[in-house]
Amino acid sequence: MSATTHDETHAHGDAHEHHDHGPAKGFMRWVTTTNHKDIGTLYLITGLIMFFVGGAMALVIRAELFEPGLQYVDPHFFNQMTTLHALIMVFGAVMPAFAGLANWMIPMMIGAPDMALPRMNNWSFWLLPFSFVMLASTLFMDGGAAAAGWTLYPPLVLQTGNALPFTVFTVHMLGMSSIMAAINIIVTVFNMRAPGMTMMKLPLFVWTWVITAFLLIAVMPVFAGAVTMLLTDKFFGTSFFNAAGGGDPVLYQHLFWFFGHPEVYILILPSFGIISSIIPTFSRKPLFGYSSMVYATAAIGFLSFIVWAHHQYTVGMPIAGELYFTYATMLIAVPTGVKVFNWLATMWRGAMTFETPMLFAIAFVVLFTMGGFTGVMMSISPADLQYHDTYFIVAHFHYVLVPGAVFALFAATYYWLPKWTGHMYDERLGQLHFWLTTISVNICFFPQHFVGLAGMPRRIPDYAVQFAEFNALSSVGAFVFGFSQLIFAYVIYKAIKGGVKASSEVWEGAEAHGLEWHLPSPPPYHTWTEAPAQEIISDLH
Amino acid sequence: MDIKELQKANARLVWRIVAIALLMFGLGFAIAPYYDAVCNYFGISGRVKEASTEQVYQVDQSRNITLEFVTVVNGQMPLRFRAETGKLQIHPGQYYTVNFYAENTSDKKLTGRAIPSISPAWSSSYLKKAECFCFSEQEFEPHKERKLPVRFVVDPTIQADTKEMTLSYTFFDITEKTPTIKN
Amino acid sequence: MKKTLQLLAGLWSVLWGVAIAETGSGTGVGWGALNMPAGVTPLSHDIHDLHMKILGICVVIGVVVYGILIYSLIHHRKSKGVEPAKFHENTKWEIAWTIFPFLILIWMAFPATQAMIKVYDTENSVMTIKVTGYQWKWRYEYLTDGLGKGIDFFSSLDAKSNEARQLGSKIDPTTVEHYLLNVDNPLVIPANKKIRVLLTAVDVLHAWWVPEFGWKKDAIPGFVTDGWINVEKPGIYRGQCAELCGRDHGFMPIVVVVKTEEDFKKWVDGQKAKQDAGKLDPGKMLTMDELMSKGKEVYASNCAACHGAEGEGMGAFPAIKGSKVATGPLSDHVKLVLNGKATMPAFKEQLNDVETAAVVTYQRNGFGNNKGDSIQPADIQALK
Repeated sequence: MSATTHDETHAHGDAHEHHDHGPAKGFMRWVTTTNHKDIGTLYLITGLIMFFVGGAMALVIRAELFEPGLQYVDPHFFNQMTTLHALIMVFGAVMPAFAGLANWMIPMMIGAPDMALPRMNNWSFWLLPFSFVMLASTLFMDGGAAAAGWTLYPPLVLQTGNALPFTVFTVHMLGMSSIMAAINIIVTVFNMRAPGMTMMKLPLFVWTWVITAFLLIAVMPVFAGAVTMLLTDKFFGTSFFNAAGGGDPVLYQHLFWFFGHPEVYILILPSFGIISSIIPTFSRKPLFGYSSMVYATAAIGFLSFIVWAHHQYTVGMPIAGELYFTYATMLIAVPTGVKVFNWLATMWRGAMTFETPMLFAIAFVVLFTMGGFTGVMMSISPADLQYHDTYFIVAHFHYVLVPGAVFALFAATYYWLPKWTGHMYDERLGQLHFWLTTISVNICFFPQHFVGLAGMPRRIPDYAVQFAEFNALSSVGAFVFGFSQLIFAYVIYKAIKGGVKASSEVWEGAEAHGLEWHLPSPPPYHTWTEAPAQEIISDLH
Repeated sequence: MDIKELQKANARLVWRIVAIALLMFGLGFAIAPYYDAVCNYFGISGRVKEASTEQVYQVDQSRNITLEFVTVVNGQMPLRFRAETGKLQIHPGQYYTVNFYAENTSDKKLTGRAIPSISPAWSSSYLKKAECFCFSEQEFEPHKERKLPVRFVVDPTIQADTKEMTLSYTFFDITEKTPTIKN
Repeated sequence: MKKTLQLLAGLWSVLWGVAIAETGSGTGVGWGALNMPAGVTPLSHDIHDLHMKILGICVVIGVVVYGILIYSLIHHRKSKGVEPAKFHENTKWEIAWTIFPFLILIWMAFPATQAMIKVYDTENSVMTIKVTGYQWKWRYEYLTDGLGKGIDFFSSLDAKSNEARQLGSKIDPTTVEHYLLNVDNPLVIPANKKIRVLLTAVDVLHAWWVPEFGWKKDAIPGFVTDGWINVEKPGIYRGQCAELCGRDHGFMPIVVVVKTEEDFKKWVDGQKAKQDAGKLDPGKMLTMDELMSKGKEVYASNCAACHGAEGEGMGAFPAIKGSKVATGPLSDHVKLVLNGKATMPAFKEQLNDVETAAVVTYQRNGFGNNKGDSIQPADIQALK
């Protein structure tokens, strides 16, 4: 399983099957493509579209919460919105976007001609659009879409109407898609690296994705199993989660969070990789503590499997369980802290410039750390008896997912967009997008800490009047945030259409930071059909 | 390595990963039946589901534990369910019988199943039941009240500072459901 | 560029400043409600102290981390003409920032463990109250002899809030007193007594939470969980269901009235008398006006959520206005209310004979149904 030796006849894995040097024409190009760049583009566009769909649902939620009283939607529909917003953002926006980045960048970063399993790659993408259409169609079914929250807790989720089996099948399809993508990434990185590209030379983005892929393979099947049990409980008379038949609804929560906690790291580890790529480039310094970054990522991955029940401090676990999960969860702060300190040390005594990718990366470090602090607070089980299921939690996970995962995706897009399109993006619009987004995201989510601490539960469509001011503020922030993203879409469109020609290096000194900067911008349809030269690889840092 | 070998290596790796994925899928299901076993082992399920043989213990007259009884009727089941006494002072090691009463207030025959729950949850492994209406399904004729006895003992090895335990039964209506086989 | 960075730094210090300045201000309204309440029980004090301590530690670490970052952003920029350094590791520092957070965590673990042990110490309580979660109301049962044993009632959102919270009600919530935090029948408990709260549910998961008492706990069908409170001063404390339980999850508040021991005894006696009245006074004839006004109240807190404030129905839930049941044979109507049907709950245990009679009368004569018949509690008893 050592790195591939590339012979001079430039035949590399399955890539030789379509050595036609250019894409097919028209719509069928995208349906039948096995090219990693095409599939990457498809994933990224899907992610962006679903980001707007999920965002529209968030705006329905924030519009209803703008002032007390019910103005626009029925509570049942509100619950459907919170459920679908979460499912779509997690499985439709963030995960496909990361998969798109992996597809585009990993072969280019490790000097491989394509992904190891190109046809499976095509399949794993094309499952997605069908799953999302199915998920969206549940909104129009008798009884509406699932309304039990994205965690789909029984017994409540079993009260869902016709939508339940479709929601479960959607989860199955998304799970299959993710597992196939994960398999592809692991095989590519293990078997397709260019000679000289050792594991400890891999860019951190590749490392974080490999660990993410292992997490996916370990936990997606558990989630698929848990929702299958929901289905058999509802339709085939089993009693996995039904107390009347000797089951236990809390068992579902254990299964769900055994998946769910690694899942949140699936959403954040690739972000760590992106930030670890961007900060060195714009600090003009090598990444500080490369190996400790790799070990910290692996440690976070490992810890994610043994802390799940900190989502369940209020179910009445025995005290030994509460304390164990408290201590284990607190430990996560250590490797996460190492990462933050390493980023600071990378910036320290660098020569920084502040282009849009760097701005988003810095905002990531600042705001993700905020989410980290509230995370440490919540790990303390007695305090969590107050925080649990309040807006404090909502604020926490939006801080790690929006200025965390989503900002990393913005940063990555601005960072690699010139490479993908061959055109520089509009820097002024990029900066405008950054400032509007960063200010509004804080206006949206920071006040939620306060209402949560003061006693506002989450997942409610209406609230007591003392929470009115902060909720109004939060809604204003949400709308500004939402509409600011149109700038982002426009910047991408503009860069695809044209603009200042980007050099192959794009960013000053970037060549030292990765193999992708040694390829022309935009790269040809097939890249690294001949492995990169040894000197290039040994000069990377 | 040539392409053939690479493809072989890829295939080997793919099947290994698929095996892990299948294993994890199976694990989810495997956990379900073992969840109770694991919980009982660690004494965290808060349940006693099986009759234990009537073993003779040394009665510890010096210790008193207050046992509180709680009854719950789930959903819309038309049942009036109560314990003959709300509280009982017991000595560990001694056998007691407590009667519960359930009355069907509807015009239809009902089938119910009582699910026990014990608080604090860890103490469930010390409560041994020789006889309980919760071990099997119970049928109720319309407008009839039935006496439902529980005979139990608290294992004297229970930790010395235990002073209170709560035993609750929740009746679930399973009249219209096929009896489930899963334990 | 420098200006924008200073702006960013300024924004952050203001936000943190607000957070710190407002801590300890306890509950308030409007902009003042910024922090976890210190509460009125031993547990809530401990948990509040723990929360403040961790928040403090996080703020200190935050100031240091953000301080270093801001310093670096200001001084280590290309526009200042600095030459980037070349270092990329430093074992001493790396060990330091692995060990140091670890030590802080251990330091935080001690008070956390102590607080958790206290939370779980439910023994030696003087009374037990069983709280059962229903979609979407709470049921309170007093289980302790001499302290209200036998008192058993449902507690749901008060009629005024319920009317105002309907979609398109046009009622301004700010005009409703304790909007969404008020109930028809509050839980009443004595002050300065250790009370054990037993929690369970009969349909889906719920969670019982009064912030001033310091904790919340899930109510799970088929299981009992417990917690304890010992409220230091009489007063009225409000909370909400904290586990998504379906459509009206946001509309099942918790109100706890804490009384002195003496007042609590009085309340128990009064409650007993009221319960007896419900049972034993079916012989009394009520006037149409009495029935209608009582019926309107009962309807608002038990029926309006599904059938609409004006009996207009809602989605799958049928209208009462002009319905076959409300304008058809009386005994069928009463039996439906008593025994329920499909998703409609049975109200036999929830409403006493007087309430049932009133609400049936109201349904048959309100909303333009104008059947003209009045139903007496005795009729209900006869049909049971």
